[in-house]
Amino acid sequence: MSARPFVPLVAALALLAAGGSTLIAQETTLLNVSYDPTREFYQEVNAAFAAQWKAKTGRALTIQQSHGGSGKQARAVIDGLEADVVTLALAYDVDAVEKAGLVRSGWQKRLPDNACPYTSTIVFLVRKGNPKGIKDWGDLARPGVAVITPNPKTSGAARWSYLAAWAWALRRPGGSEATAQDFVARLYRNVPVLDTGARGSTNTFVQRGIGDVLLAWENEAFLAVKELGPDKVEMVVPSLSILAEPPVAVVDAVVDRRGTRAAAQAYLEFLYTSEGQRLAAKHYYRPRSKEALAQAPVRFAAVQLVRIDEAFGGWAKAHAAHFAEGASFDRIYQAR
Amino acid sequence: MLRRRHSVLPGFGLTLGFSVFYLSLVVLLPLLALVLKSASFGWAAFRVAAVAPRAIAAYRLSFGAAAAGAAVNAVFGLLVAWVLVRYRFPGRRLIDALVDLPFALPTAVAGIALTTLYAETGWLGRPLSAMGLKVAFTPIGVGLALTFIGLPFVVRTLQPVIEALDPEVEEAAASLGAGRPATLARVVLPAIAPAWLTGVALAFARALGEYGSVVFIAGNMPMKTEIAPLVIMTKLEQYDYAGATAVAVVMLLASLLILGGVNALQAWTVRRAAVE
Repeated sequence: MSARPFVPLVAALALLAAGGSTLIAQETTLLNVSYDPTREFYQEVNAAFAAQWKAKTGRALTIQQSHGGSGKQARAVIDGLEADVVTLALAYDVDAVEKAGLVRSGWQKRLPDNACPYTSTIVFLVRKGNPKGIKDWGDLARPGVAVITPNPKTSGAARWSYLAAWAWALRRPGGSEATAQDFVARLYRNVPVLDTGARGSTNTFVQRGIGDVLLAWENEAFLAVKELGPDKVEMVVPSLSILAEPPVAVVDAVVDRRGTRAAAQAYLEFLYTSEGQRLAAKHYYRPRSKEALAQAPVRFAAVQLVRIDEAFGGWAKAHAAHFAEGASFDRIYQAR
Repeated sequence: MLRRRHSVLPGFGLTLGFSVFYLSLVVLLPLLALVLKSASFGWAAFRVAAVAPRAIAAYRLSFGAAAAGAAVNAVFGLLVAWVLVRYRFPGRRLIDALVDLPFALPTAVAGIALTTLYAETGWLGRPLSAMGLKVAFTPIGVGLALTFIGLPFVVRTLQPVIEALDPEVEEAAASLGAGRPATLARVVLPAIAPAWLTGVALAFARALGEYGSVVFIAGNMPMKTEIAPLVIMTKLEQYDYAGATAVAVVMLLASLLILGGVNALQAWTVRRAAVE
């Protein structure tokens, strides 16, 4: 039909060749499937851990990493991506991997601190000098303020942001489920673009210059201020935010099949060592250890942090009430 | 379609068998898997997901923007093909090669480039938004991206047909007293109509399934600028396989209907041209 059928054909073949590149396993390899903004952090962790593993066992170890929206990454693992460990944005996504029979139940008890070696929270990133005077969540719902945040259906960061906004509205004087629903509806009316992941939103805000405020992971906000300089963007810490606990887990079905359990387990335990904690703090995650916190390159603001288990009864309930089909997030758009 | 005629070329049975096998493997099997998967979820769940307001809004945007993009390409693709075939001018080969670019360019690159240009801070977006026209993050942006990726289908389908069109026929029409509009309407268009329809249908079909370039420029707001393929993706990322396949099956059936309709229309124009 087409005059040049070979053009798409060649493109398709090239894609196949690129996607089907084979891994030749001469040494132990681990695949860490992670969420969006952890690239730089795990690059350093991988190098440090591989060196330590080599010194301890004498064997070379290569750790590969894959990044994307947390939900998408979990689905890739469920659909057969051979991840030895998952390090995702929220426990709900690891629970989904568990439900697929790949991770044994009780995974959150197998490592300290609910299997979350570091925490983070949601803060605001605003333009230099904060021209719109954004101080707290309430300012985000003001008319004329453009808010950039990813789609909570696909992004872990966006779900944490959404729940933080909800928790803030609930704790206002006279706050109720109804006022919280009304508040998030007004907030999302100010959102001009819903990217699918946290990095996409950061790019929209930073590179493309769209919006007055970005709801960001605290570590992404620190990184953006460092990379761009305080003469471009500033960080604003709201009066209340949410304690984001990104969990890690060994994918039992994969490590048992590949015989990599020892390395995978040691890799995750490494995150809790003083070196692992130091690296977490270096990349602006809040470390669990007091020493690493004291030596962190930045001061983490002492902000009131609500916990998902206390404020929302855990991820399963939070998901059903807010992000499932027809739940509170969908109602925002269907009311219009 | 299948006509068994005596042919000087041997191997009809073998090649037909291979074609059917190949089509089954590459096209029919995945489609069958899709339909079977959706059937395994039950009718009630299927219906709820398939006609949810968000899904309906997404179908409307996807089919509407794809149709708009195909319509724009129908006019301008014809123009480009005509100019490229009938006129000789410096840079013609370069422009001819450029037409293939939307084929070859990774769609994400196209999407990012278009967004950068048409965002309110972009080269074109700034003057346009000053005039009150927002392109990026609106349905117009979706249509724009779909126009971009659809162009080569119309041009490449039309080019060989226009090449085969002998200018002497038009001259003959003119010498017999036909004016330019009459020559165009009675001589040129009937000859190229079947290929034209094919090209536009291809561009439309391609646009329906397009994901990569659109997600960047669409803004992805539920009910407003969310295309159906994105609804499918977000459902998958929420582990809602039933909902995702339901929307996919609706898209598939609608596309089949539309493409079937276009084929019928095309067959009719061919018959009509033969009669005349």
